[in-house]
Amino acid sequence: METRTINDIEMEVVYQKPETLTETQMHYCPGCGHGTIHKILMEVIDDMGIQDRTVGVAPVGCSVFAYNYMNIDMQEAAHGRAGAAATGVKRVLPDKYVFSYQGDGDLAAIGTGETIHTVNRGENILMLFINNAIYGMTGGQMAPTSILGQITSTTPFGRDAAAIGYPLKITELVAHLPGAYFVTRQSVHTAAAVRKLKKAIEMSFRYQDRKKGTCFIEIVSNCPSGWKMTPLQANEWLVKNMFPLYPIGDIKVPKEI
Amino acid sequence: MIRGSVVVATDVCKGCELCIAACPQDTLALSPQINRRGYRYAVMVQDNCTGCINCALVCPDSAITVYRQPKVTKHALSPQAAAEKEN
Ligand SMILES: Cc1ncc(C[n+]2csc(CCOP(=O)(O)OP(=O)(O)O)c2C)c(N)n1
Ligand code: SF4
Ligand code: SF4
Repeated sequence: METRTINDIEMEVVYQKPETLTETQMHYCPGCGHGTIHKILMEVIDDMGIQDRTVGVAPVGCSVFAYNYMNIDMQEAAHGRAGAAATGVKRVLPDKYVFSYQGDGDLAAIGTGETIHTVNRGENILMLFINNAIYGMTGGQMAPTSILGQITSTTPFGRDAAAIGYPLKITELVAHLPGAYFVTRQSVHTAAAVRKLKKAIEMSFRYQDRKKGTCFIEIVSNCPSGWKMTPLQANEWLVKNMFPLYPIGDIKVPKEI
Repeated sequence: MIRGSVVVATDVCKGCELCIAACPQDTLALSPQINRRGYRYAVMVQDNCTGCINCALVCPDSAITVYRQPKVTKHALSPQAAAEKEN
């Protein structure tokens, strides 16, 4: 173990960047949850020793360059089609651990059809759904997941249900499908939340060995730039405004052990 | 108290302050200096870190390495006693 002497005290490393996360500096805005989620995902892959047995599918959105940061085999998908692309990968390479990584604009707007059918077919993959209630990459437009009253560049007076309808709780929706095996909602706004997400990701990869259906993890995350807030304000806003609509916790858990 | 310490990769840090909020010991703050990308970066301003790794877990840019003093058991043998036991 690497040690270091600080103020005459011999210390050992208790935390460092996961090896499977590349050295490439991330292009994400300061405080963006994408970086934290990438890191914890790569940590699970390191812990499980499955770097050469994992294939990821990257989306269109801010995380379009996810493959620059994850030192595993990856495939880029067309906007919203990560579920379909991951289906193909898993069926050709059934022994690989396969995950898709998508934002809410990607998974719950343009890709709604692919998302529902991927889960309904019970594809043996993990779908990671990063819900920041906005289209981050394109300039903070309203997403289907934007909450009522939320100010975005396309809803400058707040999202109004009469004009544009209600926030889409796609995680609850897919949980009803028989193909869904494990469905949970997590976050990364505190250290405790990051630890819980890590556990959920690890369980999801283990469940893939059982070949029982789709694991679906929503992560309620932030977009400080799109929300026009500092990262700390954004995390406060998320707790106050997103959690009541998108409560953290398991939605569907496997019955048998 | 278990002693810890952190090392921040100052050129990677984006000054988001999430680590500062996550630290239960108020060990961290932003430096007055900026890094080569123009961000003020996180630094230790108190020597009271316990090595809990909270800051590193919430850092989106994985800029923090955490060190901790190895745990010593309560009844650890003195080097002399340990040597005697060996024999
Ligand atoms: C076919 C197609 N339509 C529209 C776009 C424009 N576009 C790029 S990213 C994006 C939305 C991204 O939002 P989200 O999935 O929530 O990810 P975030 O950037 O917030 O992480 C859109 C509409 C595109 N690239 N391709
Ligand atoms: S390891 Fe814990 S105590 Fe030390 S600086 Fe980080 S958050 Fe604070
Ligand atoms: S969380 Fe990371 S990027 Fe943000 S201020 Fe702390 S060290 Fe810098």
